[in-house]
Amino acid sequence: MNDSARVWPSDGSARVPAWVYTDPTLFAREMRVFFEGPNWNYVGLECEVPERGAYKRSWIGTRPVLLVRDETDALHVLENRCAHRGSMICWRNKGVAKDFTCPYHHWNYDLRGNLLGLPFLRGAMGKGGMPADFNKADHGLRRLRVAVRGGIVWATFDSGAPALESYLGPAILTELDRTFSGRALRLLGYNRQLLPCNWKHYLENSRDPYHATLLHSFFLTFGLLRADTAFRAEPTEGGRHGIMASTYSPHTAQRQNDATRQMAALKSDFRLADTEVVKPVDEFGDSSMINYSVFPAVFFQQHGNSLAVRHIIPKSESATELAWTHYGYADDDEAMRRRRLIQANLMGPAGYVAVDDSEVLAQLGTVARSAPDSVQVIEMGGRDTATQDTMVTETLIRNFYRYYREQMGLDGQAIKKEK
Amino acid sequence: MSELRAELRDLYDDYASCLDDMDLDAWCGFFTDDCTYKVISFENHSESLPLALIECRGIGMVRDRVAAIRETTVYEPRQLRHFVSGVRVDGVEGDAITARANFLIAENLSDREPQIAIVGRYLDRLVRVGAALRFRERVCVYDNYRIRTSLVVPV
Repeated sequence: MNDSARVWPSDGSARVPAWVYTDPTLFAREMRVFFEGPNWNYVGLECEVPERGAYKRSWIGTRPVLLVRDETDALHVLENRCAHRGSMICWRNKGVAKDFTCPYHHWNYDLRGNLLGLPFLRGAMGKGGMPADFNKADHGLRRLRVAVRGGIVWATFDSGAPALESYLGPAILTELDRTFSGRALRLLGYNRQLLPCNWKHYLENSRDPYHATLLHSFFLTFGLLRADTAFRAEPTEGGRHGIMASTYSPHTAQRQNDATRQMAALKSDFRLADTEVVKPVDEFGDSSMINYSVFPAVFFQQHGNSLAVRHIIPKSESATELAWTHYGYADDDEAMRRRRLIQANLMGPAGYVAVDDSEVLAQLGTVARSAPDSVQVIEMGGRDTATQDTMVTETLIRNFYRYYREQMGLDGQAIKKEK
Repeated sequence: MSELRAELRDLYDDYASCLDDMDLDAWCGFFTDDCTYKVISFENHSESLPLALIECRGIGMVRDRVAAIRETTVYEPRQLRHFVSGVRVDGVEGDAITARANFLIAENLSDREPQIAIVGRYLDRLVRVGAALRFRERVCVYDNYRIRTSLVVPV
């Protein structure tokens, strides 16, 4: 079906039609509107390219890019696509280079993406060669607008994007400054997985505290995240971003009450032989776990002492890479470094908690493809889009779809006009 | 040395068939009490980055992995088949043996055909406990750039 014929179900943001996860035309439009549009995309961390000439590959939507530190320590984000015939320039995930040479016809670029030279510019033995008016300055790699804040590198294809700070907004900036305060970061490593679902399935999962109270019995059993603890589900910037902040307490662990009795998955008789994995220390002094989703495709994780950036990399309407970059601080002592690594067992493709999500999302992808006209019900916590102080809410998902429909021209007004 | 290599082949085959059968209690029995068990990507391992997909320090954490699979993890039913080859002794020092082998694990999800879930190599340190060889350290370095959906059962 052509996406112009799509009609959003009535009941607005409290309903989501399954075709948003399955339509390749809509997917192509999302890549243009969101990832090439006036939004800031997570690219990587400064500490991943620590020395001059260091580079790493990343993605913005489906487009491959390179994060590069040049000879003056300035960071650049370049599209990983030769200006000549569109070959991928850099095939290694990471490395250190003086310059980049396309493997196909050896066009050579500096670390800022400027075209330095190309073989046979003036031909060979008086024949061939580029036209006399060929200007190398017009044929560099595409260089994106870059902003670096607190050790995070962001980029945008759109010169019309607002300043990074106003795109993120004050509430997200406050949370970012809590863990990315300028304290030097240390890269701990990556986890990567390929999920057979649409990228928005993962984005919604990361704005859905309701599921965490039920699906993740490991979390619940050890009091790391439960419906009976203080919680804030805060949509920001009109639903563009979403914050989930919870308070954990050793006192709520194993305590039963009205809320926990409804958590059928809570295994009160399950005990760990070694509890190190569920013993975080309160390193930020607020007894909080604060996790937030920044549009379009990044989720910042702080589960106890396990700090990670989850980069959602859409591959097609039905396949999504999830790249986890775990980090700590350069001045972490050995005990903190070990805590971060041991607590990382909760997360990632083999995580005590995260496996549940991957497995469920894989099933969602399959079912959505089989029934694209089916409709999902998003009414937990009401039908509105306000901030709520409970985990038992889907307000962040409703907010996301309100924002999504506005941006994609799938809002109620537009649909009424079509009728 | 060829006798030791044959003994290791038997051990690795027994380890593999115990995971094929999902006999996870028996799997815990292959490790010493002070063991380290890790599953780590080639990407992290080759960059000397410490993050592992699974990291167990001591037999308690190994047993907890098993308990979590049974008690709390939500996952699609699957049948695994392990293929271990290229068993090689790298060195013997006192009672400690350093060895390696390749692994390939095919995964058959409930309503699909088998696919290669993960492939890589074991980097091991073994010691004798009584007459039997046990893993004091097993580091499973997988070659996959990405894990297909998830890794539920240890490697």
